[in-house]
Amino acid sequence: MGKTVLTGKHFWYGNIAIAEGAIAAGCRFFAGYPITPASEIAEHISKRFPEIGGIFVQFEDELASMAAILGASWAGAKSMTATSGPGLSLMMENLGLGVMMEVPTVVVNIQRGGPSTGLPTLTAQGDVMQAKWGSHGPYEIIALSPDSPQEAFDLTIRCFNLAEKYRVPVILLASETVGHSAGKVIVPPEDEIELIDRKKPTVPPEEYLPYKPDEDLIPPMAYAGEGYAICTTGLTHDEKGYPDVSAETQEKLVRRLNDKIRKHMEEIVDVEEENMEDAKIAVVSYGQVSRPVKRAVKMAREEGIKVGSIKLITIWPFAENVIRKWAKQVELFIVPELNYGQIYLEVKREVAGNSETVLVPRMGGELITPQEIYREIKKVSKK
Amino acid sequence: MSHKMTRGKKPLLPQELHPMDQWLRSERMPHIWCAGCGIGPTLYAWVRALDTVGMDKDKVVYVSGIGCCGRGSGYLDVDGFHTTHGRAIPFATGIKLVKPDLCVNVISGDGDIFSIGGNHFIHACRRNVDLLVICTNNFIYGMTGGQLAATTPIGDYSTTTPYGNIEPPFNTPYLADASGAVYVARWTSIHVRLLEKSIAEALRMKGFRYIEVLSPCPVNYGRRNRLREVDDIAKWFWQSSVIRHGADTREVQIEKGKPIILGNFVKREKLSYYGELKKLEEKVKRAAEAKK
Repeated sequence: MGKTVLTGKHFWYGNIAIAEGAIAAGCRFFAGYPITPASEIAEHISKRFPEIGGIFVQFEDELASMAAILGASWAGAKSMTATSGPGLSLMMENLGLGVMMEVPTVVVNIQRGGPSTGLPTLTAQGDVMQAKWGSHGPYEIIALSPDSPQEAFDLTIRCFNLAEKYRVPVILLASETVGHSAGKVIVPPEDEIELIDRKKPTVPPEEYLPYKPDEDLIPPMAYAGEGYAICTTGLTHDEKGYPDVSAETQEKLVRRLNDKIRKHMEEIVDVEEENMEDAKIAVVSYGQVSRPVKRAVKMAREEGIKVGSIKLITIWPFAENVIRKWAKQVELFIVPELNYGQIYLEVKREVAGNSETVLVPRMGGELITPQEIYREIKKVSKK
Repeated sequence: MSHKMTRGKKPLLPQELHPMDQWLRSERMPHIWCAGCGIGPTLYAWVRALDTVGMDKDKVVYVSGIGCCGRGSGYLDVDGFHTTHGRAIPFATGIKLVKPDLCVNVISGDGDIFSIGGNHFIHACRRNVDLLVICTNNFIYGMTGGQLAATTPIGDYSTTTPYGNIEPPFNTPYLADASGAVYVARWTSIHVRLLEKSIAEALRMKGFRYIEVLSPCPVNYGRRNRLREVDDIAKWFWQSSVIRHGADTREVQIEKGKPIILGNFVKREKLSYYGELKKLEEKVKRAAEAKK
């Protein structure tokens, strides 16, 4: 058997860090379809999995890949797929099934410019709303966004832990610049990596109800082949997992699917705040854009501008309490992002007119420079 | 009687036991299927075959897609996965590769497997994934009210071909054969005993096994195609079918007014996908050891 956790210091591309993060998290089933700029993840895993007893399958498309990782998860494996926008569009069908059947799994999206085929080789952050609302129906999902290879490694592990804990597909919303930039990645010793596994039933099969939640709103999960006669469906279902197409059951089930995320916001939401203590201006960013923001805030601080930074590590559920809290102090929020205003809308919603919100958009293709963000800070500071 | 036979149910008195009871989630009866439908007899043949080969119920997985047939996975007292339209095969592939000791079955309709899921079907055949796929082919979209299918014979009427169908249907055994399935058969839901024997034979094999079961849909197919009575389609099957084991699959296309060729057409030996994966793992391991 090859080594699973490559403890030590590495110089890795973000995509490699994601693949190794998945392996360190215990992922042993990967299904995917080639797509730029995410293919290196599948390529790396196809090399590593035979060494460590994992199953790698290159499927015929993203529809099959997403379906297969759900099946694999039901059989007890930690599973993952990796894609980019056009592939994620196809995966939305079974992402919804994963939400409805409550299947822990991880979907990596190395964002590229869209819409449609867009900019296959260039970066963007245009899939933020797709990650939240891409599949039909009212649901909550978890999405995290890394800004570097190190964070890509760390957050991939966190994605698995959140998926296992909340029984929901979790999206790692990275981007081309993170996937394709190399950096130092420190892999901790195996016993220092904290892993969470899904809850298993503690009752015998005749007492087991596959969709009866515990107090935390999450039902324990039996695997295929364990004698529990799992019954599961994408149809609205009761606690036995039996289809029950009624408004009453829909209300109960779908409300719980949302609440199991919403009521655990405090545990799920992770942000990094810098220079916020006395900030009158706050730059809200996520993923790769938070790196130029760091520099821009430093430049502005050197000139005495009271500006701080809020970096969203958890994109979904949205860090609404954080924004609401700072809206009492901050007069103006700047939101630079590689789209035409997605997280900007969320910030604006939470600020609710208490402060001003300014969007610094870029349609994708290249990063926003520190200077551009700095100039924006400077401009608004004179208001 | 073990707990498994009564899982989630009140214990039955011995005289109330039916040979199928241990496989059914009786509390979910009655089912949604119409009178004259062929899905019930198909499932009956399947569970009898599971009994015949002595399959442990806890090891049986039933994956279905969307449509009338999709509902079956919720009626049987085994691990049942009612998935999305067309995706039963890749979903089942995920289960089987992680737990190769399970008996993973996909039982779904012709719309599910050959229209929306056609790509997955041919690729699973090509990979020789270790699955038993049973397709109840009723020539129509039953659940949605009788629209054209990829299996509707030329000239037939459906709600979306009000002037008759102009598209040639798939010859599904030929498709499976050409794509690499190791077992290919066709029966009808009225040939229950022969179907059962064929399923038992397939259950004893590894690799991608495909059985097409022609299945009457009096309500949404027969009604519009001069087969209005509940047993008209069954009679058509009975009168037109010819059993020809080992028939050349190129010659088993279903055409109105011509014989329906049934039989066990293909049986070949080939290492399954999982077997190939394990072989690959061995190769990688040996190479790593040689390096040391």
